[in-house]
Amino acid sequence: MSKPIIQVENLSKAYQIGQIGTGTISRDIERFWLTKIRGKEDPFLKIGQINDRSVKADSDIVWSLKDVNFNINQGDAIGVIGKNGAGKSTLLKLLSRVTSPTTGEIKVKGRIASLLEVGTGFHPELSGRENIYLNGAILGMRKNEISRKLDEIIDFSGVERYIDTPVKRYSSGMYVRLAFAVAAHLESEILIVDEVLAVGDAEFQKKCLGKMGDISKGQGRTVIFVSHNMAAVQSLCNNGLVLNNGIVQYEGPIAGAVNKYLNQFTQDLRTVQYKPENAPGNDFAKFIYGKIVSQNKSIDDVITEGDAIEIEFEFLILEDGIHQLGITFHLYDELGVFVFVGSSCDEFREVKRGIYKERVVIPANLMPEGTFTITKLLLVKNRGSLVCAINSPFSFEIMPKTDENFGWKGAKEGAVKPKLDWQIIK
Amino acid sequence: MKKINQSQDWDLIIKGHTALFDINFKDLWNYRDLLFLFVKRDFVSFYKQTILGPFWFFIQPIFTTVVFTFVFGKLAGISADGLPHQLFYLVGITSWYYFSDCLTKTSTVFKDNANIFGKVYFPRLIMPLSIVVSNLVRFAVQLLLLIIMMLYYYFYPIAGASFRVTSGLFLFPLLIFLMAMLGLGLGLIITAVTTKYRDLTFLVSFGVQLLMYTTTVIYPLSYAREKGYGHWVELNPMTGIIEAFRFAFLGKGELTLYSISYSVMVTIIILFFGIIIFNKTEKNFVDTI
Repeated sequence: MSKPIIQVENLSKAYQIGQIGTGTISRDIERFWLTKIRGKEDPFLKIGQINDRSVKADSDIVWSLKDVNFNINQGDAIGVIGKNGAGKSTLLKLLSRVTSPTTGEIKVKGRIASLLEVGTGFHPELSGRENIYLNGAILGMRKNEISRKLDEIIDFSGVERYIDTPVKRYSSGMYVRLAFAVAAHLESEILIVDEVLAVGDAEFQKKCLGKMGDISKGQGRTVIFVSHNMAAVQSLCNNGLVLNNGIVQYEGPIAGAVNKYLNQFTQDLRTVQYKPENAPGNDFAKFIYGKIVSQNKSIDDVITEGDAIEIEFEFLILEDGIHQLGITFHLYDELGVFVFVGSSCDEFREVKRGIYKERVVIPANLMPEGTFTITKLLLVKNRGSLVCAINSPFSFEIMPKTDENFGWKGAKEGAVKPKLDWQIIK
Repeated sequence: MKKINQSQDWDLIIKGHTALFDINFKDLWNYRDLLFLFVKRDFVSFYKQTILGPFWFFIQPIFTTVVFTFVFGKLAGISADGLPHQLFYLVGITSWYYFSDCLTKTSTVFKDNANIFGKVYFPRLIMPLSIVVSNLVRFAVQLLLLIIMMLYYYFYPIAGASFRVTSGLFLFPLLIFLMAMLGLGLGLIITAVTTKYRDLTFLVSFGVQLLMYTTTVIYPLSYAREKGYGHWVELNPMTGIIEAFRFAFLGKGELTLYSISYSVMVTIIILFFGIIIFNKTEKNFVDTI
């Protein structure tokens, strides 16, 4: 067993949300009186609550991290993943000593270099070369260390021709290249990298990931990497840490971490179940149950791009008699693009009072990754008259494929992504 | 498992509460290159894309001296202790502006560098120290102006006004150090408080200018005494420093053990509090700024 290089114990960080105004000074004084003079526990930290941004809070203190414990061993590459607001950035800020924890502590062996942003401290008026020195020193390098690596850095950045031009004349791509080149040549035992690969073109991203792979696998240094790009995380890291609302939800091998993370999104929205009393609908029918899964898989599994998707609808028909019914739904993506309408109205079903359940399959390889919402679910009777309409009953998310290592990482292109049949003619 | 942990020696322990006066000098020393790179950055970026370049450092004291000579010397007729008016003001201006530049620039150090401080760690004290040092470069350039002027008045003396360089010059390094530390200390206190309460920023911007009139930049101490305000003027710790300065370079002014030790004491106290408050604030200021 290798030794821990970072040990995090009961780490918590509280933030004050809302305005800092005149109310603050009286509170500060009260707080100072209670904690420093009378030695009591800080009353304002007690009322803090976990950080769930969608729920209205009754206190203006939130715990961005709460009692986090974990160890990182030397040579590990850890992927820290979690939704927005899960506490990833807070954790990185604490590790890189930008801000200090409210309680708990972090023990570290060796030098930490953190790359929370590329090009921190770049001065627009200075030349590329001068900025390499400045940025390197900000990141903790000594001047002679930089001089020794200068050629290597310039070579890696690929902006040799502009190296004596002020960086304000650089294109944003060149700027990022230079900045990453400096950071990549740090000689610290621990390297912390926030989502910096989101910038730069595909070639450069690949180069960055390759360099980071070298650092962790080749040189046996420890890398802590935060990203929303599951493909990158999986290819780079061996272990993962999943955060959710400031709490460690999973710690272990990366594959499990990615799965755990992807599941956070989907489960709660992909099934809906109502009691007949409060189910949406009208006197004719009520919508009581719905489920969206990847075909032949359970609700615990993630829907991945390319999967066939199965949707189940269950209605409770309240009116007596035999009805000719059809179901129609509208599917929108997260950009508000109307993707398609699905309808069973070509073949009306004969349905009696009671439960009416229908299943529909969206064929494989139709839609790209993204969040899709069923916005209108309609029950149509006797070839034309609408009997029941439900707005936005549920949505689901299609995750990108994780086996495509370095494909297009930018915004999604197009509302559909059908698998086309390509044949070479000549 | 526990045993292993205890036997390990950690290089760094990050936690919430630390001792009151806890400066990691080793850390500070390791980052000394950064300090000088910041100084270089300030200096280079100051004159990039200007025609006159570093000559701009001369412009401010020259114009201020001209205006002061006209307004306070000629119009108001305030005495210059028997010195050439231009030299009298220039000494005051050079030293006062060094102090006030150190003060005003360090007083916004958290606000101006929130972006860098929020993204990367280095000993925060490096930043205000680099400000003090880069102002020193500027001060040195302005001192050159003073020496040129002194040479001019030495070869072309004005009737009824004379000056001489004295052995007080040996105190020169101490005087610079005092001004730097006094400005730094006050600046640190102000920047720490303004991370949360911005009110003080407004006070600083005009307060420093007004403060100049409470010390012996535009009048000699003897003149203030004559009018009965000597004690008030002496309360300003800069008075002792400027007077000593003037004595060292021009041979007029008051350099006593009492006046210098008063300035030293005040500087030490302010610097001590400044560093404590700055240290306390730097840990979490990113959350409130």
